[in-house]
Amino acid sequence: MGFIWFWLVAIMIVAYVVLDGFDLGVGILQPLLAQTELDRQVMLRSIGPVWDGNEVWLIAGGGTLYFAFPLLYASAFSGFYLALMIVLWLLILRALAIELRMQVELNVWRTFFDGLFFLSSLLLAVFFGAALANVIRGVPLGEDGYFFLPLWTDWRTGSHPGILDWYTLIGSLLAMAALSLHGALYLAVKTEGTLQQQSRAAVRRLWMAVLLLTFAGVPATIMARHDTLANYYSSPVLFAIPVAVLLTLAGIIHYWRQQDDHKSFACSCMYLGLMLIGAAVALYPRLLPSSEDSALDITISKALSGPYTLRVGLVWWAFGMCLAVIYFVVVYRMFRGKITATRGEYGD
Amino acid sequence: MTELVLDRIQFAFTIMYHYLFPQLTMGLALLIVALKTVALRSKDERYDQAARFWSRIFAVNFLIGVVTGIPMEFQFGTNWSQFARATGGVIGQPLAMEGAFSFFLESAFLGLFLFGEKRLSPLAHWASAFMVLVGSWISGFFIIVTNAWMQHPVAYRVLPNGLYEVTSFWGLLTNPWGLIQYAHNMSGAVVTGAFVMCAVGSFYVLEGRFADYGKVFLRVGVIAGLLSCCAQIFPTGDLHGKYMARHQPAALAAMEGLFDTERGAAIVLLGQPNQEQHTIDNPLAVNDVLSFLVYGTTKAEVTGLDKVPRDQWPEPLPLLFYSYHIMAGLGTYFAALMVAAGFLLWRGRLFTNRWVLWPLMLSFPLPYIANTAGWMTAEIGRQPWMVYGLVRTSEGYSKYVSSGNSLFTLLGFMGLYSVLSVLFILLVYRIVQRGPEAIVTGSSSAPITVA
Repeated sequence: MGFIWFWLVAIMIVAYVVLDGFDLGVGILQPLLAQTELDRQVMLRSIGPVWDGNEVWLIAGGGTLYFAFPLLYASAFSGFYLALMIVLWLLILRALAIELRMQVELNVWRTFFDGLFFLSSLLLAVFFGAALANVIRGVPLGEDGYFFLPLWTDWRTGSHPGILDWYTLIGSLLAMAALSLHGALYLAVKTEGTLQQQSRAAVRRLWMAVLLLTFAGVPATIMARHDTLANYYSSPVLFAIPVAVLLTLAGIIHYWRQQDDHKSFACSCMYLGLMLIGAAVALYPRLLPSSEDSALDITISKALSGPYTLRVGLVWWAFGMCLAVIYFVVVYRMFRGKITATRGEYGD
Repeated sequence: MTELVLDRIQFAFTIMYHYLFPQLTMGLALLIVALKTVALRSKDERYDQAARFWSRIFAVNFLIGVVTGIPMEFQFGTNWSQFARATGGVIGQPLAMEGAFSFFLESAFLGLFLFGEKRLSPLAHWASAFMVLVGSWISGFFIIVTNAWMQHPVAYRVLPNGLYEVTSFWGLLTNPWGLIQYAHNMSGAVVTGAFVMCAVGSFYVLEGRFADYGKVFLRVGVIAGLLSCCAQIFPTGDLHGKYMARHQPAALAAMEGLFDTERGAAIVLLGQPNQEQHTIDNPLAVNDVLSFLVYGTTKAEVTGLDKVPRDQWPEPLPLLFYSYHIMAGLGTYFAALMVAAGFLLWRGRLFTNRWVLWPLMLSFPLPYIANTAGWMTAEIGRQPWMVYGLVRTSEGYSKYVSSGNSLFTLLGFMGLYSVLSVLFILLVYRIVQRGPEAIVTGSSSAPITVA
């Protein structure tokens, strides 16, 4: 049961990153790519009807984490207190920026919300990258399974780290680059004309950054946590995952050269998914490792809810996710095709 | 201030602010479906246009409701981690179900409802409005299930490691406390929706602008208001009080200011609880009525606070007393106003009667106050327990989050929510000011408001 729920939560996180990832990327790229008011509107409309549904995966994932692994939810959310609160504030500000921008026809109003959209998207990518890196590196868990991490540190890893150190900073940079690349590829799919050209041009530079940071990330992770590859050594077949990551990276640039934006974007989706799965494989069966003593790790068996909760949960979870997939297929189908200056969200 | 007090203030502040918006979302969703239904049956274009007008206000309101709702789910973990750890196996379930069943549904259909009208047939567009209604009402249900378990824990067992687990999924969802609370709460949301619609309607009629639409709003608002205000008192409020007397006698005694157990207990209409002397100062009371309301006979014995150990008295007691009295007093006023308005509507004299139109226009903030006071009654009444009889509030908060951290984030929320209030008022004011005729169906210059 623990195995199943570990991977169900992991799948929800993958769904969140792959889906909300591109609209975060669009936000980061907006000041770089949009030259005119029309560009900015097209960029916003390219994510308009889908961004909020994408974000629901975060909320649903958080809820699932809560009932499947209450200890992890309680420990991680209170331990990363300030960082998590800042993430909540950023989510609020970003939603306002996207939804309220077009409500008032004033340049000042729109410029303000453009800036907010960019900043909140950028900082969310930074915080999500750092969060993942914190989970991989480990936190100073106490005997009772709790901890409290300061936001700022002396930037060194070790037994008493903070939320931002040199290692988690690499995580932040990688998240920023990878989500920007994801967003650029999405824009290449959804737009045409100059904006599409601009997006394609950005792909090359972002791809180089992602490649470099991916390669930097592996030795950095091993330095920050020496036992990272233990699961991989014990079943070497898992090394297929990093190989596949490299293939998807190659695929992104290969299809980009052929100007096949759809396939390039699909490779980017797989890249993000495989990176997360690779991290989950390294963690398993830990949920939140200790930075001091592996006996204090929060593991699946320590954090798992009672058996009846999980059995019943499996039934409604499967049902709920089927419905969610149907909604997504319907919404994305109605929203298919290019966004242009005159075309509305639902093709009218 | 201690960490515990600050955690309580932060949760109270964020949840009270949040619920200002969902109550209108849930109430208005029903009224919009009502408008769309009339439009579908009568082919009267005014009702369609009225629905479009309200959907604009709905969109802004929904957005603020969604963004202020996100912190709620996460605050169980950040500020109440000991509680979250102990009870996640029970209440994590309905919270996760809200995400899986309701949020996906809402986010999918709200976009279609707001921007798909040109593309959809009238019936399909009606259906999209209906699905938004279903989504928001399911959402409310799961939250009430969560709260009801904290008020009246059922269908649980304690695991060997001290954590709580559900023993019956249906038992959790059909908690009798939850069903009564849900009925009372949803009818309260319709009261808010009805009063807001009546206020805009009265404003248009009194001002002489868009008076045709004002009359449509008043007709729908007064009918919905009359039904919901009566349902709020009887049967839902009545049932809730009786159920509470049986299962949370301490809360009922504190709400009513009943310090001593009595036969033929009086109901205190006004007064100030004196905790030191165990009396009510300046009481305005009616003999025997409390016994009658709770047990149906004037001679019944009602448990007072003297039968409750001092460390189990709800705190802060006077605030509980006032919350309950404000709720009940306003509820009575709502019913009276709506009965008068309903009578005039039936006689065809409502649109010219300034004595009723003015109160209808000015009363729209009051249901917000009543709903908030009602929730304060429920939540303070539950104290000192977080889960009634099982987990004390003082055992639930996050030990390792210092009070300085909590105060910092509390101030942050206050600042951010002040900005939200300004934006909300500005945007809704613009919509009301421009009126229903300014809205064009699915125009491409329409905002991308898919919350």
